[in-house]
Amino acid sequence: MAGAAEMRKVEFTWMPGGHEEMMTLNVGPQHPATHGVLRIVVTLDGEVIVGAEPVVGYLHRGKEKMGEALTYHQFIVHCDRLDYLSSNLNDIAYCEAVEKLAGIEVPPRCKYLRVILNELSRIASHLVYVGTGALDIGAATVFFHAWREREKIYDIFDLITGHRMNYGFARIGGLQADFSGEALAAVRAFTEEFDERVDGYEYLLTRNRIWWERNKDIGVIDAPTAVNLGLSGPNLRGSGVARDLRVHEPYAAYEDFDFEIPVGTVGDCFDRYMVRIQEMRQSNRILEQALDKLPGGEIFAEDRRFVLPPKERLLTSHDHQGVYPEKAVMEELIAQFKVITGAGIEPGEVYHAVEASKGELGFYIVSDGSNRAKRMRIRSPSFVNLQALAPMAKGRLLSDLIAVIASLDFVLGEVDR
Amino acid sequence: MTVLVVAALLKVALFIGLAFGVAAYATLAERKIAGWIQNRYGPNRVGPWGLLQPMADGIKLFFKEELLPTGANPFLFKLAPALVTGSALLAVAVIPLGDALTVAGKKIPLVVADMPVGILYLMAVSSLGVYGILLGGWSSNNKYSLLGGLRSAAQVVSYELTMVLAMATVLLFSGTMSTRGIALAQEGLWNVFRFPVGTVAFFLFWIASFAETNRLPFDLVECEPELVGGYHTEYSSMRFALFFLGEYVAMFVQASMLTTLFLGGHTLFGLERIFGNPVLNVLLGAAIFLAKTFFFLFVFIWVRWTLPRVRWDQLMALGWKVLLPLAMVTILAGGGGVIWGIY
Repeated sequence: MAGAAEMRKVEFTWMPGGHEEMMTLNVGPQHPATHGVLRIVVTLDGEVIVGAEPVVGYLHRGKEKMGEALTYHQFIVHCDRLDYLSSNLNDIAYCEAVEKLAGIEVPPRCKYLRVILNELSRIASHLVYVGTGALDIGAATVFFHAWREREKIYDIFDLITGHRMNYGFARIGGLQADFSGEALAAVRAFTEEFDERVDGYEYLLTRNRIWWERNKDIGVIDAPTAVNLGLSGPNLRGSGVARDLRVHEPYAAYEDFDFEIPVGTVGDCFDRYMVRIQEMRQSNRILEQALDKLPGGEIFAEDRRFVLPPKERLLTSHDHQGVYPEKAVMEELIAQFKVITGAGIEPGEVYHAVEASKGELGFYIVSDGSNRAKRMRIRSPSFVNLQALAPMAKGRLLSDLIAVIASLDFVLGEVDR
Repeated sequence: MTVLVVAALLKVALFIGLAFGVAAYATLAERKIAGWIQNRYGPNRVGPWGLLQPMADGIKLFFKEELLPTGANPFLFKLAPALVTGSALLAVAVIPLGDALTVAGKKIPLVVADMPVGILYLMAVSSLGVYGILLGGWSSNNKYSLLGGLRSAAQVVSYELTMVLAMATVLLFSGTMSTRGIALAQEGLWNVFRFPVGTVAFFLFWIASFAETNRLPFDLVECEPELVGGYHTEYSSMRFALFFLGEYVAMFVQASMLTTLFLGGHTLFGLERIFGNPVLNVLLGAAIFLAKTFFFLFVFIWVRWTLPRVRWDQLMALGWKVLLPLAMVTILAGGGGVIWGIY
């Protein structure tokens, strides 16, 4: 490790005898606190971190390249596997990017349903942060309590999409299906009790002296540095920069909702924790408003390039009495075939970014007119946020590295793509 | 003479059985209580309410392969778990479970060894456990284990001082170093109620006992998220189980010491002699003692599943900058109190 070798030369004046003997500790890729297959080569002086070098790529699957080999529709399921803790967010962001490129406007009901899915995913992802973050600091019970609510969200997703984790529910120009009344009632029930649950986590952590000691003034990153490092999401807002794409570059129906951007002051682990806790409350507010204001109507855009025609409009074979379906037309059948084989989009390029649970998730798509992307690039927040690991951990203790990893809240599926 | 020898052997068997039984069921209690705190069931498959789970775990661990890591020091690697469990078991010898029985004209106290220097002995053997952890961590040839071992040495050294000072305060009150003597000396008033010195000493000892047994919030030695298990990362099979057993026996010892030193041992304001029959009274005393001990065991478990873990430098700071000065003030105040006859 070149970086580590340079760091060995660092002079320490506070301890006599020089420091020829540094210990290189290989944290990961199989390690309980690295949240996946991250490897960090840590150079230790005693237990003080002299250098921490993240090594990524253990989960690289070539998702971007796959995006160039699959049709626009086929790639949706691969977006699930980016940040697998908030899969719906990725799917919807990708579909919105393609819609932007193709110039499709989805109906308001669809936008609202997408907001509901987005915010539920965000809460689920932040719950994982609270749970595993607390588990890394040693509070195992918080993990189970956070998981309880996450399970409820997954049950709701199961009701809506039929899956618990990799949904593939978003469609270009809409959603796979409308929500059932049962699902909407389940979301409503969830929003009603969720604030109280957040109080519960806060009761266990926020005013806990040990939690303070372990998170306050640990992994501090000030606002200019955070911006320079390209941090986004709660990690940026923890440093006091109130930037939230939901507010500043509204997409879906976010301009219709009334919510606040929680920000921290110092930019330490505790601020990032508080930002996420408050974001969960704000997400819950958005959910309540979305349920209250949910418009009726269609969920699919009127665009035959990407949206399948209704089943009764398809000219299929006649029934056993030799009668063809009444409304069926040949054109719709042709449209059906074109949608299935993948529609082309006029040459052009688009960058669409959304506020994902981890930060700015952007899809950059270049189209050359064919039915698949010429170039697909995913700007994943976790990958960029991971840059802050080394500056945050340097000079601190090994235990703080764990707190910093937890507070950065990255997902390796998204880092490596 | 024969009576004494037989009684001693019986007591040894009883106490070792008790220690292992409590340790085994403490693991089950730990998981059950954890489940209760965490909205889940805990073990409930093996036997009614999972009561046979410790046996199942033991059998499983017996049949696991014993691994010796490359580059490990075989002798020390094998010695370390034995040291941990052995020292914890030795400490059981001075637990005064109850009052004395009179058999064939001989008074037999319900403690394996009623030494005049019981407390010194306890401190001596319970400190030995750290050697097991240190050696285990060092001989594993694993950096995580090494860090765990080093942390434990620092931790135990820091907290033993506080512990000894808190114990010394009790010795001032009772004027004896025999654990049984200390228990009997509290028949009138438990040391924890000798406000404020006894109370402060009790809490100091209690906090230090968490560090002494490497329990959360002070379990920096194991610390799964950072050190991946710490000193026992490389251990498998019964060697791992011995570390585990050692930890739980040590918990039992610390809980009984809290009971003995501060909560009057087997006494309960005279209620322990409620029966006319001396045998029944002794049994009742033992039950009272165990009830108090189990309360402390429960608190050990309760705290583990409630609090986060402190960082090792914070632990050191707490030990040296807060607890130790407080303990010194406590012992001075206790000494003054005894001299001027307040206590």
